[in-house]
Amino acid sequence: MAFVQDAPKDSFRLGMLIYDTRYRAITIQVIVLTLFLLFLSWLVNNTIENLAAKDRSFDFGFLWQRAGYDINQTLISYTNDSTHFRAALVGLLNTLLAATVGCIVATILGVLVGVLRLSKNWLVGRMMTVYVEVLRNVPVLLWILLTMTILSETTPAPSDFRVTEAMIAAGEAPKATMMLWDTVAITNRGMNVPAPLVEHGLPRLELLGMSVNSNVLAFLVVLGGSLWVNSRIRGHARRVQEATGVRPVTWWKSLAVIVLPTVALLMALGFHLDIPTLTRFNFKGGTEILHSFTALTLALALYTSAFIAEIVRAGIMAISRGQSEAAFALGLRPGRTMSLVILPQALRVIIPPLISQYLNLTKNTSLAIAVSYMDLRGTLGGITLNQTGKELECMLLMMAIYLTLSLIISSVMNAFNRAVALKER
Amino acid sequence: MKNTVILGALSVVALSAGMASADTLADVKARGELNCGVNVGLTGFGAPDANGNYQGFDVALCKAVAAAVLGDASKVKYLPTTGETRFTALASGEVDVLIRNSTWSFQRDTDLKFDFVAVNYYDGQGFMVKKDLGVSSAKELDGATVCIQTGTTTELNLADFFKANNMSYTPVNVADDSEGQRQYLAGACDVYTTDASGLAASRATLPDADNHIILPEIISKEPLGPLVRHGDNNWGDIIRWTYFALVAAEEYGVTSANVADMATSTNNPEIKRLLGAEGELGKMLGLDNEWAKRAIAASGNYGEIFEANIGSATPIKLARGLNALWTQGGLQYAPPFR
Repeated sequence: MAFVQDAPKDSFRLGMLIYDTRYRAITIQVIVLTLFLLFLSWLVNNTIENLAAKDRSFDFGFLWQRAGYDINQTLISYTNDSTHFRAALVGLLNTLLAATVGCIVATILGVLVGVLRLSKNWLVGRMMTVYVEVLRNVPVLLWILLTMTILSETTPAPSDFRVTEAMIAAGEAPKATMMLWDTVAITNRGMNVPAPLVEHGLPRLELLGMSVNSNVLAFLVVLGGSLWVNSRIRGHARRVQEATGVRPVTWWKSLAVIVLPTVALLMALGFHLDIPTLTRFNFKGGTEILHSFTALTLALALYTSAFIAEIVRAGIMAISRGQSEAAFALGLRPGRTMSLVILPQALRVIIPPLISQYLNLTKNTSLAIAVSYMDLRGTLGGITLNQTGKELECMLLMMAIYLTLSLIISSVMNAFNRAVALKER
Repeated sequence: MKNTVILGALSVVALSAGMASADTLADVKARGELNCGVNVGLTGFGAPDANGNYQGFDVALCKAVAAAVLGDASKVKYLPTTGETRFTALASGEVDVLIRNSTWSFQRDTDLKFDFVAVNYYDGQGFMVKKDLGVSSAKELDGATVCIQTGTTTELNLADFFKANNMSYTPVNVADDSEGQRQYLAGACDVYTTDASGLAASRATLPDADNHIILPEIISKEPLGPLVRHGDNNWGDIIRWTYFALVAAEEYGVTSANVADMATSTNNPEIKRLLGAEGELGKMLGLDNEWAKRAIAASGNYGEIFEANIGSATPIKLARGLNALWTQGGLQYAPPFR
C-alpha cells in the first residue's frame, strides 16, 4: 500500500535559470558569449567610426599601385615599378627563406646539442649545458644585433680587395683577398658567391599575372621527374628483394636517371657560373648573400636550437632505460642505438613542442628590421605602410599572413606527428 | 577559432587608433601641455642635449606654439617619432602637431588627411660620401650601396633618381638618422642620403667631418614644415600664424631681446598689430592678444632661431640660402598681419 506520488509538476520558472544547476551552466555561457560579442561589435564599430571621423577609407586598392621603392634582396624579379602587392610578396618570400633556413639549421644544431648534452663525457655534457643556458637566456634581438655587428665589423670593406697599379709596383698585397680560387668574397656587407647563369634561357612565363623564371621551373620539373623515376626503380628493387631475397644492383641506374637528364638540360641551356668581380663600389655579378640575412637567420637558429636541444633531451629521457639496455643486449653500438631505437621513439615526445619552436622562429623573423633585412614586416608593414598611409589595412593583412603561415606550419607538423605517432589499435 | 583571432587582432588595431578630438585647441588648453611630435634625434633640428632637454630648429617652433597657446614655452611634451611612426602618431591624436622635418607632398596633404601649414625649411635631397671614395658627383654612384631612412620621401626620390640616370644601387633601409650614421660609418653603405640639411647636421656630429663630403647634386624639392590633422582648421591657423609671426618678426626687426620694448615704443602699425598693442588679432585665433609677443620671446624670431640652431655659428653651418627672407632673396615670406 504505497502511495504513488507524482513527481512535482516541473513548470519552468525564470529563476531556475540561475538556481537550477541544470540550466545555470548554459545561462552563464550565454551571458559570457553575449558580452564577448558586444565587446567585439563595439570594437568594430569604434574602428568604423574613427575611420569615418578621420575621413579615411578602408580598401586594399593600394596593393595594385606602383610601389616606387627598391628592395635589396629579391627572390623574384622586382623593380620599383612593381606593385605594392609584388613588394609584399618579395617580403613574404624573404620571411619564408629566413624561416626555412633558420628552422633547418636550428633543428640540426638542436638535435646535436640535445644528444651531446646527455653524453657521459663530463666536458662535452657541461659545454652543451653552457651552450643552452647562454643562448636561451639572452633576448633573441640582442643575438641578432650581436651577430650582425660581428659579421660587419670583422670583415673587410669591398675597397680592401682592390689592387691598384701603385700597389703592384710597390709589390704590396691588397688587405683582403677572395677565397676558394677567387670565387667567393666576404665583405662587410655580405658574401658574394658565384651564381648559376644560363646562356640561352627560356623566355619568362607569365602565370596568373606573375612573371616566373621558366629556367628554374624547367630544372625543377626535370629534377622532379628524375626523382620520381628513381623512386620507381628503388620500389621495383624492393619488390624483387622481397620476392627473391636478392636486391638487384640499382646505384648506377639511380645515378644515371638523376644526373643525366639534369646535366643534359643544363648543357642545353648553356649553364655557367657567374663569378663576382670588384667594380667601383661593390662586387658585381654572382649572388650576394647579405649579412642582414645571415645575421638574422643564424641568430634565430642558434637561439631556437637551445630550446630544441632541451626538447630533444626531454624526449630522449622520456624513453625507458630498458629500451637502450635491450638494444645493447642485441649488440647495437651506442650510436646505432640512438639513431635506430631511441630517437624514433623520442620523436613522438619531441614533435609537439617542436612545432611551437618552429612557429616562434617564424614569427621572430619579424625582428628583421633591426638589421635592415627586408622581410614582410619591412616591406608590407614598413615601407608600403608608410608610403601609402594604410596602417589598418597593412597591419590586418600582415597579421592574416603571419596567422595563415603559422597555421600552415602547425598543420603540416601535426600531420607529420600523426605519421610518426604510436599506432594504437 | 581563426575568426576569433582575426577579430581579436582587429580589436587591438581599433583600440590603438584611439580617439582624436576635433577641437585640438581646447584639448591642449585643458591638458595644460602641448604634445609636439619631434625627431628622435637630428642635431640642430630636434635632438636632446646633454641634459636630455630637446633643442633645435624644429623644437623652437614647438616652444613658440606652447608660448602662444599656453603662455609658457616650457609646457611642451616632446614625443620623439621616427620616419615610420610620425604620421601614425599624428593621425591617432598622440601628438597635437608634428614639427619634424617632414616633407610637404601631395599625397600626405590629401590622401593621408594632414594639413601642412607652412614651410619652415626649404630643403632638397643630397648625398654624403667618404672623401677617399673619390666621387665628385652623384651621377658617378652607379653600383653603390646607399643607406636610406625608411618611410621617407627620400626613399622614393632615390629610386627615381637612379632610374632616371640609368644606374643601379643597393638600398640599406635604416630606421632613423642615428642608425643611418652608424651603418654609414661602419662601411655598410658607400653613400648616406637624406635631406641636405639633415646631412649637414649628421656630418657635423661625425668625429672626422673633414673626411666626408656632401655631393653638389640636390635631387629633389623637400619643403619641410609643421603639419596637423585635417579638419581642425582653427588649430592649423594657430600653428601657421605663430610661424608667420616669427618670420614677420625677423622682417620687422623684432627680436627676443627687444620684443617687450617694441610693443610700446614702435610706431609701425603692422608691428603694433603683431604684438597685440593694436587690433584684436589674437581673439580671431581664439587666443589672447599677446600670443605673438610670447611666441617671439620664447626663442626669438625666425632668423634668431635659425642662427642659434643651424646657422653659420653652429657646427652645422647651414647658409640661409632659400630660407632667407624674401627681402634678402629667399623664400621665407609672411602674409600681412591685418
